[in-house]
Amino acid sequence: MGEDKFDVIIVGGGLAGSTAAYILAQEGMEVLVIERGNYSGSKNMTGGRLYGHSLEKIIPEFAKEAPVERRISKERFSLLTKDSAVTLEYAGAKTGTPGCESYSVLRAGFDRWLAEKAEEEGAMYIYGIRVDDLIVRDGRVCGVIAGDEEMESDLVILADGVNSLLAQKIGMKKELLPSQSAVGAKEIIQLDAATIEQRFQLNPGEGLAWIFQGDCTDGRIGDGFLYTNKDTVSLGVLTTIEDIDGKETTIPQLVDRLKNHPAVKPLIEGGKLVEYSAHLVPEGGYSMVPTLYRDGVLLAGDAASLVINLGFMIRGMDLAIESGRLAAQTAAAAKEKGDFSADTLASYQQALEDSFVMKDLKFYDGYEKVMEDRRLYQDCPAKADRLFADLFVVDGSGAKDISKKIVPDLIEGLENYNS
Amino acid sequence: MNIIVCMKQIPDTSEIKIDPETNTLIRAGVPSIVNPYDKNALEAAVQLKEQHGGTVTVISMGPPAAKEALKECLSLGADRAFLITDRAFGGSDTYATSYILASSIRHIGDYDLIICGMQAMDGDTGQTGASMSEHLGIPQLTYAVKIEVEEDTVTVHRETDDGVMVLSTKLPALCTVGKDINEPRSATMKSKMRANKIDISEIHVDDMPGIDREKIGLKGSPTRVKKTYTPTIKKSGKKLEGLTCNEAVEALAGFLTEKKILKGELV
Repeated sequence: MGEDKFDVIIVGGGLAGSTAAYILAQEGMEVLVIERGNYSGSKNMTGGRLYGHSLEKIIPEFAKEAPVERRISKERFSLLTKDSAVTLEYAGAKTGTPGCESYSVLRAGFDRWLAEKAEEEGAMYIYGIRVDDLIVRDGRVCGVIAGDEEMESDLVILADGVNSLLAQKIGMKKELLPSQSAVGAKEIIQLDAATIEQRFQLNPGEGLAWIFQGDCTDGRIGDGFLYTNKDTVSLGVLTTIEDIDGKETTIPQLVDRLKNHPAVKPLIEGGKLVEYSAHLVPEGGYSMVPTLYRDGVLLAGDAASLVINLGFMIRGMDLAIESGRLAAQTAAAAKEKGDFSADTLASYQQALEDSFVMKDLKFYDGYEKVMEDRRLYQDCPAKADRLFADLFVVDGSGAKDISKKIVPDLIEGLENYNS
Repeated sequence: MNIIVCMKQIPDTSEIKIDPETNTLIRAGVPSIVNPYDKNALEAAVQLKEQHGGTVTVISMGPPAAKEALKECLSLGADRAFLITDRAFGGSDTYATSYILASSIRHIGDYDLIICGMQAMDGDTGQTGASMSEHLGIPQLTYAVKIEVEEDTVTVHRETDDGVMVLSTKLPALCTVGKDINEPRSATMKSKMRANKIDISEIHVDDMPGIDREKIGLKGSPTRVKKTYTPTIKKSGKKLEGLTCNEAVEALAGFLTEKKILKGELV
């Protein structure tokens, strides 16, 4: 392998970057991955659950060897007020069938595994180096600059995360707006596997994904989450940056609020806090996705803003992996053709449009506006609480005519949703 | 000129915590680093190589995970790296460690100079380098702030309270260095790629037939830890809370008068 020029340089060794590296190395291309952290995954964070389908295409049955935590078999959704929870739980036969699996993961271990897979295939990884800038000649990206050192390549794939300062530097992306990004804060709480399985009623190896709305964000746009890992629980909140101001509560206080909520507290009782982390999440939806190619450069993963947040479901990693795969395929075709111009690389954007990535993003286009309706976080949990209190609480003051109450409430709720 | 640098991978001392019950270091989750003085030793070796040619070999005794630290040394200019690793070495104190390192150096052979960091920041004993020179029967020049080599002679400067001591000896010799000798370089993309391509060899106890197995591991370690303790931190200061300004002043004055720090009455 030459040391002066590579076919492809990938900035960022996360899931998008390592997926691209894995495939490019398999294709026999000379690929260099430059990761800023001391190892892949050291700077990455997820809530988190990985929907397995996109990685399954690349490494079939990856969960048998990858450090996944638990296969998710149970979904929960709760509307929270300060002292109540209305919870929906779903456990279906389909959640475990091939092609539908999802897994709780911790990135520090998972990304490292994927990077090692790519290295085994022949990709060159260097860690602890920050790429400061791109080499641009006549509008064409020709490599990367770190400190006073330059490294050239036919193609640069920017998989450098949500901010992607490099994409910003060459004008492919604008600075993130507070309304287009959220901050996720998470604690990892240690329990033992048996306790987790008992408290969350899980079979060994199976896991729970739980999303909360309402009190845990103090009425702000956002949600709370809880995922069971092998012997830890990941728990935290996700709040739109724009909505952080204007309330007294801080982000760490929101995490505490969720931890101390009566629906959650007994489940993590006696657990030990072993890790705390926070990260930005792009959530501008389809309209935030920029043009993802230019002469000599492609964007993938969070750098390309490929995240779907529906409140009850948050997806980013499966999109990142697919974008990495398609970027690699585009690069391999470009190498074959000997042409890395924007005209050739445009097929990447087309491939993404034809894939589930853009189809799903487009399907939910505008959904972020629904998510911005504060009633979801304030009125809905309170209404649900009142409704179920009327259904279930007996205080001797006489039964309430529930039919008169539920029906108008439901209608009003539906009208709110439609408007 | 062939130089051997001894390196220890240690827990990052800036992130160390002590278990209050067992008085031992909590190693779990603490990142590992190259002992900082050993980076100075490596830099000194690489600079000498740049002046005189030859090779720089880094050796480290430790678990397989120490290969990460050896790789970092390769990215900082070393040409070869050996990991000295074996279950039989477990539990070694400085005496046994220096014997194992010396035996490994004999096994590697062909060296002119050995450079060590003056001590490891996790143990701070500062004995291993000096003991190794005794095991190998070569001169030692410790706490060097400058190393110069001319033909078969090494000259070091060593700072003392009274001034600078200049010492010379014939090669082969062993030097130990502190942080004042140089500013270690940073790795670059190219140097990291170069490091990726160098295989790190392992040395096991069976590779050294001449080694005395009575002198290694826990069995070969005369050091016994009788007791460890964490110094208690005296809590100083007292916080006056929930008082009005006047009440706070009076309480403070009362406290200071009682402790005989302040004399007289408040007006």
